[in-house]
Amino acid sequence: MSGFPILTLMLLVPLAGAVGCLVSGDKAARQIALVATLIDLALGAVLWAQFQIGGPQWQFVEHVPLFAGFSWALGIDGIALLLILLSVFLMPICIGASWEAVTKRVGEYYAAFLLMETLMIGVFAAQDLYLFYIMFEAGLIPMYLIIGIWGGQDRIYASYKFFLYTLLGSVLMLIAMLWMAHEAGTTDIPTLMAYDFAPAAQTWLFLAFFASFAVKMPMWPVHTWLPDAHVQAPTAGSVILAGVLLKMGGYGFIRFSLPMFPEASAQFSGLVFALSMIAVVVTSLIALVQHDMKKLIAYSSVAHMAIVTIGLFAFNVQGLEGSMIVMLSHGLVSGALFLCVGIIYDRLHTREIDRYGGLSINMPRYALFFLLFTMASIGLPGTSGFVGEFLSLGGIYQVSSWVALVCTTGIILGAAYMLYLYRRVAFGDQKHADAAAMTDLTPRELAMVVPLALAVLWMGVYPESFLAPMRADIAALDARVARAKPAGDAKVTPGKPVVHAEEHGAAHAEHGAAPEGAH
Amino acid sequence: MDWSQSLRLIAPEETLSVAGLILLLVAAWAGDKAARAISIAAVAALVAAMALVAPALCNGAMGPETAAFGGQMRADAFASFAKLLIYGSAAVALVVAPSFFDRVRAMRAEYPVLVLFAAVGTGMMVSAGDFLTLYIGLEMNSLASYVLAAFLRSDDRSAEAGLKYFVLGALASGILLFGISLTYGFTGTTSFAGVHAALGGGLNTGMVFGIVFVLAGIAFKIAAVPFHMWTPDVYEGAPTPVTLFFATAPKVGAMGMLMRVAIVAFGSAAGAWQQIVIFAAVASIVIGALGAIGQRNIKRLLAYSSINNVGFILIGLAIATPQGSAAMLTYLAIYVAMTVGSFVVVLALRDHNGAPVEDLADMAGLSTTNRLLAWVMLVLMFSLAGVPPMFGFWGKFVVFQAAVDAGFMPLATIGIAASVIGAFYYLKVVKVMFFDEPAGKVGRESELVHSALLIGTSLFLSPLGYLLTKWLGGLTGHAAAALYHFA
Repeated sequence: MSGFPILTLMLLVPLAGAVGCLVSGDKAARQIALVATLIDLALGAVLWAQFQIGGPQWQFVEHVPLFAGFSWALGIDGIALLLILLSVFLMPICIGASWEAVTKRVGEYYAAFLLMETLMIGVFAAQDLYLFYIMFEAGLIPMYLIIGIWGGQDRIYASYKFFLYTLLGSVLMLIAMLWMAHEAGTTDIPTLMAYDFAPAAQTWLFLAFFASFAVKMPMWPVHTWLPDAHVQAPTAGSVILAGVLLKMGGYGFIRFSLPMFPEASAQFSGLVFALSMIAVVVTSLIALVQHDMKKLIAYSSVAHMAIVTIGLFAFNVQGLEGSMIVMLSHGLVSGALFLCVGIIYDRLHTREIDRYGGLSINMPRYALFFLLFTMASIGLPGTSGFVGEFLSLGGIYQVSSWVALVCTTGIILGAAYMLYLYRRVAFGDQKHADAAAMTDLTPRELAMVVPLALAVLWMGVYPESFLAPMRADIAALDARVARAKPAGDAKVTPGKPVVHAEEHGAAHAEHGAAPEGAH
Repeated sequence: MDWSQSLRLIAPEETLSVAGLILLLVAAWAGDKAARAISIAAVAALVAAMALVAPALCNGAMGPETAAFGGQMRADAFASFAKLLIYGSAAVALVVAPSFFDRVRAMRAEYPVLVLFAAVGTGMMVSAGDFLTLYIGLEMNSLASYVLAAFLRSDDRSAEAGLKYFVLGALASGILLFGISLTYGFTGTTSFAGVHAALGGGLNTGMVFGIVFVLAGIAFKIAAVPFHMWTPDVYEGAPTPVTLFFATAPKVGAMGMLMRVAIVAFGSAAGAWQQIVIFAAVASIVIGALGAIGQRNIKRLLAYSSINNVGFILIGLAIATPQGSAAMLTYLAIYVAMTVGSFVVVLALRDHNGAPVEDLADMAGLSTTNRLLAWVMLVLMFSLAGVPPMFGFWGKFVVFQAAVDAGFMPLATIGIAASVIGAFYYLKVVKVMFFDEPAGKVGRESELVHSALLIGTSLFLSPLGYLLTKWLGGLTGHAAAALYHFA
């Protein structure tokens, strides 16, 4: 690997773009933002191409001791690589989604988004505890501004709630980090991942981190900031919130909670399962009765994230891989669904489901893509949603059949609320003349949904592309947590040995009867 | 210790005193016409004094060779660090004053002279090695400050601020003196080192009373809860350049004095005052945050914010370790930058006729009418709230790091959880500036001095500030080491 600091470059490009957007006019700001995000996308592609599968665990490592007490340390493994790819993939789409919808204070808007991109990549690439914390927390500022300035009716309430909820969750994590750094004598994340904290201390550390990640994830019952934030945020804000910000919680569990506190993770897995089971059922039922499209998708996000958490705490390879794929898939699919809502919102300026109907007649292309993403959200085989949910639930089935049973109802309920939504929006009569007069997708909108649709199908048909980079890292994590693995109730036994042909023959000979039977 | 060396050690104080006296004479003969020239000369004197104190900090001066006049004054790295902040903020208070006072035709020649004397007194507070030196420094600062608070003679609020500050300040001085006399009575000495030695031999009730009264007196000066009630009124009533001065120089001075008294004089009885400081710290954080929520006047809001920040600084003292003291100094340095920045924003907020705007509601939509001001204020507010990546986070970070390293987990947890309450009202300011419809009250014209100061402070407080952490950590480490190395 060459010493070229590609990760730093990926952080600096959007940052420079943000500064450029702040000082330039509306039109130029849009172009600067698009170019900056496309450059980052290209860099992300380079990153993926250069990433050596089966190579060292941490690649593209940079380490500059710039600060007192912590360093500018970056580096990625397969897990971080995939999440960075998700971020850089969604960003140009976000920029495109706001191209015409945002007309006031355009420069500041794109600056906030580009800043957000820097911080998201920073979170996934940080290899220093405090650097991670700074990036993790800093994301609140641009998101607060995005929701508060460009949001909907109740944007101020939503922005406060978003900020204070997540801040309260995170500050406790900082205290835990300070203690860990003092105890272990290092802030280097890879070192800490191999450090064994005393089990009694792990309990407290786990709870402090849990407070932060559970809010970010979000897990029931601390999910209530999410529907507000999603509904009030502008379309691109919702895409980035659902697509990437929620993944920071899951990433936190994978990177910190599980490897650093395996015993405590096992100890609290019952709590996680209970919260996740409640989340799957309760938020799915809530989603079923929503009149607001964005709120419906927001609640479905909570349900999907619960599938992520049960997979993570299943303590086995299937569960962990499944969780990662659910996160990636949900990033694409929920982003795409918010985009679909945004596309019709831009035309009719309402998110009320009843104001639409029969869109498949006047917007056939739109209806096609919306159907694809709806199916992916449900988890139809062939789409990305299926792969992740299947692996996650398969993982949890080894641990507890009951949890698997309850969480699988989420798929049924998911089908219910998503199909119900689709029926009301796309099928049926064209009740409203204004909705019936809406035009189909413009080339700009097609350019946004087509890549998402292709990615969803790719991940559904050939998930190996995405599983391969993280396989070694997931295996390492599984080995790390193996010592604390709780006993499952599945009592998995090795399958019966396959009966070989000769034995077959012998058996036949022995019985010497009914030669035309069998086979 | 010969006199010449003692005199050399207090060169900064001599420079400022002599400059102050000469400028006083100039003011008496030349009158208010010379106010600007006197201001410039005073700033020059402060800069010269800063140049004189800087070497002690860079060399990490500590130990017996820094003690002047038999230990009455100490010119060590600790004093030097605090004095740099004090003289620097006094200079800022002079630089921003003319444009403010000129508008009401109140720019008088005595303003720079009073600021100089207050700076001398404040510098003595942090250098004091003896309770009597401390008291003289404190009164020198206070007397000048009372006059400064009431400087706008025709303004009722200013007069009220001066009176309140005087009455409560005198009360605080009385309490402090009572504590000093008790301490002297039970230990037989007024020198910090002597008290340290005497308390090391065991505590009795009288000594505990002495410690409590001394700390209560100082708590008034740093505006820590429960002795904070004068702060919002004085900050609101005093002319804004004076408020800027009050919120920075005397605050640093009183905090430095508190550190030296607690760690040097009472250091051998840390158990006796740690609980008091812990209480004051947590109460200041919580009450400072809650009190700010309902404020409509930006200066009152900043007053509560300073109470809140004092609470965080006190956490560093409560743990009584060198790391904690270094963290306090780091916090103080960042706090001074944040405070200077926010009050310069308040100074720059003028309506179309040039009259000052202090109502939070009048700042509505500032981001569309005056972008620079709004973005600087955003950086300052998130910095004060301690939200990364702003540099204000670093102050809180080092303080909590010191607390955690010293094993004060519950204190750190409560403190940081309470900081979320504070975040609410900082967010409110950002909300008013960025989310609300423009009120159109604030004019566009800006002054070069203001813009330069604002850009400087916001660059320091932006993430670029983290590049200074090593340098800042080295300096505060020296300064804190000097504090503990007093024998």
